[in-house]
Amino acid sequence: MSTVFEVTRLRKNFGGLTVTDDVSLSMATSDRLALIGPNGAGKTTFVNLVTGNLAPTSGTVTLAGADITRLNAMQRVRRGLVRSFQVTRLFQEMTPEEHVALAVLQREGRTGRLFGDFRRMPRVMEEVRDILGTLGLDGLATRKVSEIAYGQQRLLEIALALALRPRVLLLDEPAAGVPQSDTGRIERALEMLPPDLAVLMIEHDMELVFRFARRVIVLAAGKVIFDGLPDDVVKDARVREAYLGSYAQ
Amino acid sequence: MTAISQPAGQSFNRTLSGLVGLAAIVGCGVAGYFLFPDNLALLTRIVAVALLVLSLDLVTGYCGIATLGHAALFGAGAYGAGIAAAHFGVVSPLAMTGIGLAAGAVAGLISGVVLLRAHGLAQLVLSIAVVHLFHEAANKASGWTGGSDGLSGISPDPLLGLFEFDLWGRTVYVYAVVLLVIVFVLLRFVVHSPFGMLCRGIREDKVRVHAMGASVHGAQLRMFVISGAVAGVGGALNAISTQVVGLDSLSFTLSAEALVMLVLGGVGSLYGALIGTVAFMWFEDVVSAANPFHWLTMVGVLLIAVVLFAPRGLYGSAAALLTRGSGRR
Ligand SMILES: Nc1ncnc2c1ncn2[C@@H]1O[C@H](COP(=O)(O)OP(=O)(O)O)[C@@H](O)[C@H]1O
Ligand SMILES: [Mg+2]
Repeated sequence: MSTVFEVTRLRKNFGGLTVTDDVSLSMATSDRLALIGPNGAGKTTFVNLVTGNLAPTSGTVTLAGADITRLNAMQRVRRGLVRSFQVTRLFQEMTPEEHVALAVLQREGRTGRLFGDFRRMPRVMEEVRDILGTLGLDGLATRKVSEIAYGQQRLLEIALALALRPRVLLLDEPAAGVPQSDTGRIERALEMLPPDLAVLMIEHDMELVFRFARRVIVLAAGKVIFDGLPDDVVKDARVREAYLGSYAQ
Repeated sequence: MTAISQPAGQSFNRTLSGLVGLAAIVGCGVAGYFLFPDNLALLTRIVAVALLVLSLDLVTGYCGIATLGHAALFGAGAYGAGIAAAHFGVVSPLAMTGIGLAAGAVAGLISGVVLLRAHGLAQLVLSIAVVHLFHEAANKASGWTGGSDGLSGISPDPLLGLFEFDLWGRTVYVYAVVLLVIVFVLLRFVVHSPFGMLCRGIREDKVRVHAMGASVHGAQLRMFVISGAVAGVGGALNAISTQVVGLDSLSFTLSAEALVMLVLGGVGSLYGALIGTVAFMWFEDVVSAANPFHWLTMVGVLLIAVVLFAPRGLYGSAAALLTRGSGRR
């Protein structure tokens, strides 16, 4: 397994506050990595830095051997670094089918086309149906997003990411805001992610983390305080302290 | 098989609704010709302004950019066609229309480059500045534009060498309706194309569009150019039909009125743009004849009523009512 993604001494200061404190990590193809940490530890900020939604104070990000630190968010996506959002960001007036079609067309560099309805493009439609079917969204393909349940919107976020065929996928709390009864569907969707994809998931639900991750990184106050196997994380004294500290607040 | 036939059915419905809309436009065009033979000049003016409002809908309705300077694109088309005819002897109506289209597209590009540097309120203010600059430039370059006297000396040749532009404005009215139909069909393709879908996405959430790897700025700029071409055709049509071009064709007033018409009809739909234009200009014509002193007040009252009771505009609200009605069945 080769390294596809590497972050070196990434740092972000907001004024005097250091929210990301020299974070380094690397990921190989097929990695299933969970990034955990108390609220406010800087997990979302880390994702924003890596994807180019925020500019780092210092540090580098490499994807498949190329330095992408200077690229903007759009260019990083085109190179295969894709994210989902902690709070879903979808087009409320559009349908799941349109979302996935747009992602497929974008991946193929065809969103500039001025003619042709994607519903008449057999290959696009086949892929759209395939992806929506895999996630169990085929029955909702032509509903407006504003009319579908939040758990289904979360699945659609994953569908969008898949349609872009990433090399590295960053999932920011994919089950956040979903009722307990529906997290099973999200978990099944995560299990169906392509095996060679490197996945980093931020998640609070520890049971989900243990079932999904083969490696865990713990962030506290912007620093990596643990990087190792899921079985070891609960035994780690610093991790316990960080979580207790945050609960004591 | 149902899974396959459903999306195809949707696409079929869309084609059907497009054909119905097209039939409605042609029907209204023909009806106008026979019902108001003495008012063809007004009807032609309505079509020209409808092209401006359609053009505005592309950037405001489909891309989410509010602008109060869109007449700059219309005026550029009008002056482009007018100057070509008056100074360079380009008097073929088709060539004048083509030049208007090109001039509008260039003006759209310039507007887009400037407006897309800002967001929100600053963008709105910039748009006002842009139309004032265009207006002032046309005013100062009076050698070319006739300044505040207007540009005259435009006498287009017969259309296709066959149809004279008559005193009653029949030829130019037919030409106007044909142009509107062509533009409408092309725009329907554009708004339902992958590019149109991308623009609708941009209107809703730019960050999400970036996260899909698409360029927001590039798409918006491109839409500005397309929009400029459409407004430019409207401007050229106005120059051909009235045979003069005045500074009012690139005024703030016309820009603001176009936005009012769009809101009146319904933002984000081609039908809304058309219905808003017809409703506003017809209302203006009737009311200003009935009561020349208070017609503006009445237009204001109408607008307030629409915004309060039909916030999606005449077409948007009617369409929402209809879908809700059919959903309940
Ligand atoms: N734009 C910002 N300006 C200042 N502080 C910020 C900004 N964004 C995030 N922070 C701070 O950075 C810390 C980490 O936030 P975040 O990355 O959202 O944490 P997490 O996702 O781990 O809950 C928080 O203390 C938050 O208040
Ligand atoms: Mg977070």
